[in-house]
Amino acid sequence: MKIKNILTYCFISSLFLFSLICIWKILVTLQGIELINFNFNKLFVFGIVLCVINLLIGKKLNLNIKLILLALLFSIFDYFISINLPIWYSIGIFLISLFFFNTIKNYDKNFLSKNHSSQKLFFNFLTLFGITLFSFVILFPFYMMLVTSFKTQALLLLNPLDFSINFAQGLPELFKSYFVVFKDYNFGRYMLTSTIVSLGTVIITLIFAIPAAYAVARLNFFGKNFFSTSILIIYLFPAIVLVIPLYTIFSQLGLRNSIEGLLIVYTATTLPVAIYMLQGYFKSIPKELEEAGIIDGQNWLGIIFKIILPLSLPAISSVALYVFMIAWNEFLFSLMFLDRPNTFTLSRAIQFLNVGAETPRQYLMAGSVVVTLPILIIFVYFEKYLVSGLTAGSVKG
Amino acid sequence: MSSKLAKIEKRTAYLLILPSVLLVFSIILFPIFSNIWISFKNVKLKDLRIPEPRAKKLVKSIKDNPNQIKIIYKLRNSSLTQEITNVKFKDRYPDNIEPTNLDKRCEFKQKLLQCELGNWPKKYRENLEIVFQNTNNQEISKKGLKSYKPKLSGKSQNILLTYEFTLNNFKKVIKDKAFIDLLSTTFYYTFFGTIGAIVFGILAAQMVNQKFFGRTFMRSVLLFPYVAPVVALAYTWELLLDPTSGTLNNLLINYQIIDGPINLLGQKYVTLNILGFDFKLRLALTTVIIFEIWRYFPLAFLFILARLQAVPKELYEAADVDGANPIQKFLNITLPQILAVISILFMIRFIWNFNKFEDIFLLTGGASGTRTLPINVYQQGFSIGDIGMGSAVSIVIVVFLLIFMFIYFKLLGKRADEN
Repeated sequence: MKIKNILTYCFISSLFLFSLICIWKILVTLQGIELINFNFNKLFVFGIVLCVINLLIGKKLNLNIKLILLALLFSIFDYFISINLPIWYSIGIFLISLFFFNTIKNYDKNFLSKNHSSQKLFFNFLTLFGITLFSFVILFPFYMMLVTSFKTQALLLLNPLDFSINFAQGLPELFKSYFVVFKDYNFGRYMLTSTIVSLGTVIITLIFAIPAAYAVARLNFFGKNFFSTSILIIYLFPAIVLVIPLYTIFSQLGLRNSIEGLLIVYTATTLPVAIYMLQGYFKSIPKELEEAGIIDGQNWLGIIFKIILPLSLPAISSVALYVFMIAWNEFLFSLMFLDRPNTFTLSRAIQFLNVGAETPRQYLMAGSVVVTLPILIIFVYFEKYLVSGLTAGSVKG
Repeated sequence: MSSKLAKIEKRTAYLLILPSVLLVFSIILFPIFSNIWISFKNVKLKDLRIPEPRAKKLVKSIKDNPNQIKIIYKLRNSSLTQEITNVKFKDRYPDNIEPTNLDKRCEFKQKLLQCELGNWPKKYRENLEIVFQNTNNQEISKKGLKSYKPKLSGKSQNILLTYEFTLNNFKKVIKDKAFIDLLSTTFYYTFFGTIGAIVFGILAAQMVNQKFFGRTFMRSVLLFPYVAPVVALAYTWELLLDPTSGTLNNLLINYQIIDGPINLLGQKYVTLNILGFDFKLRLALTTVIIFEIWRYFPLAFLFILARLQAVPKELYEAADVDGANPIQKFLNITLPQILAVISILFMIRFIWNFNKFEDIFLLTGGASGTRTLPINVYQQGFSIGDIGMGSAVSIVIVVFLLIFMFIYFKLLGKRADEN
């Protein structure tokens, strides 16, 4: 056994355990429980002690017994240095340390006597640490969005760290913000508008894009290369340089405050990427299939409907999902074009809520949950398609 | 025969792409060109309303004379800035009444009153009074008179279609003392946002490329910030970072890491003391950049992960045999493999961050030193109401964009040559 390896093992493992405990403590603090110290010194030293004990026990004890024993020791220690905390806090500590000792069970004397083991150890823990930290940093705002929507402004002003959910008050009281948002702030209507606009954009974009993509992928015509490169260039032009001219034109034509206007703009801005994505896929379909279709006497409409479409359903779904996501999340054009509440989309409505500074935050967050949840559900459910759409369409963002 | 087929093919192709071309032309290309047109004009937001001649009709009975009734038209030009030429007026009346004192400009024929009111300068106002007499000795019904509404028409110049041009907008944009500041803020934001997103993307991709429990779930979670609507995320962050009631400040104070709240989104500078030197860090801008990185690193992650998974496993196995450590493996195997992806990613993200509007707009609205070019377009055009200035700033953006695109396509072409 090398002394360097053992030192690295002890320090890094204990640091990792401490960081896990920190995250747990932050979450506990946000339940309104008073916790003002991470107890870095004591926990870190005791963590090192336990790591050494783990090493010394080695395989002399049954693995499960060893894990439970060590975790129990750690929890009891933590219980005594932090007083007056509920039992579920200590259970959490116990489970975390159980998980921790389970991850370090492979680092025994044999492992530590190898040459590269300290580096390997370092990177293994870096990965674990990274995964924990990334998940925490990413999920934390989403978590706060959700729990804030279940609180009330008055309670939050009283104790800004108390985000505990009071289930005893009953469901209608718990979901009050959502009832208010749908009833008083008309979110049902905005949701309908958003759905209509997004689905409409998807349908119109596909109707325009499929024939054009087919032409680019399969037919020979003068200016084809020019057409396909300009698609990409046009796609790189951002919305912000279109906003002023479109605003002037739309206000003179009376297209502002209309869903039709929004549909036209969304379709035009998503069309280039849809064509770009679809033509790439169409090119990968074997030409022989179409030639067979031509021999059967199909015209191009027949070829598109009977051969191309059924074969490229996965690509079309990813384009559709991607376009849906863009249209659902779009904010700039809805801000510019809509200023009457009866035509608002969800994004615009939430911005409108926030501008009225008096809106209590739980309503704002309930609205945010309402706009976020559908897109996240769609994403998780259709992840495979959406990820390929994202990768192909990610020139834009 | 074959040339005929080729002709048919060509015609079909044009037919298939025509709708898309028309739509994209009218909604994307045409506006970009009209931006140039507008940027050379002195157009304000209020000029966009087309001037209208308007009339309000008031019906008044005359005391002691039920046989007569007075009608007053309050005429005005709705525009405060433009004149209306050749205004025509029309109104209908019920049966059995006649005007007694007709204005010279007007004519009454078969229940129809028609006037040629000539040219109205800006802010023009006039009261047109006409007294009507009944012809059948019955009391005149006010209701019947009110049921008709006057119709007016006139010609006015659409300020967008005149041939008056000015260079003032561009002069103002470039001479503005804040312009250098604006540019530097934009580049600072763009550069650090892009680099940060790529660095975190590499880290995340390295992690997820290893085998561990819950890996597919982790991959979905990492993409959440990118797929969720920006409005919801920006407002959540705003609440988290709020100086008085925000969770972050309260947590830090609770754990005694800081003494007092920090206004992360509202404070322009913070002074840091590193090794005895005072550094002025642009606090609000840095916070906005961190949000930007948080939201867009998933994209870099997705790209780099896809590339990493295509790296042949044998390379790593060979390195293991040679006894390479993880850092050496990363520098000598992974990095060269993903370098091409990173350079493309950098260009694309650079272009998009340069034009990013929503994130900053929602978080700070461009206050406390976070005003970038796209925010300036909005502020000039809609907060100040100077459409011409807004357009001029857009043109500045387009010019930069064309330069970036030129470099990007050069890079793409070079890569294609190498392959």
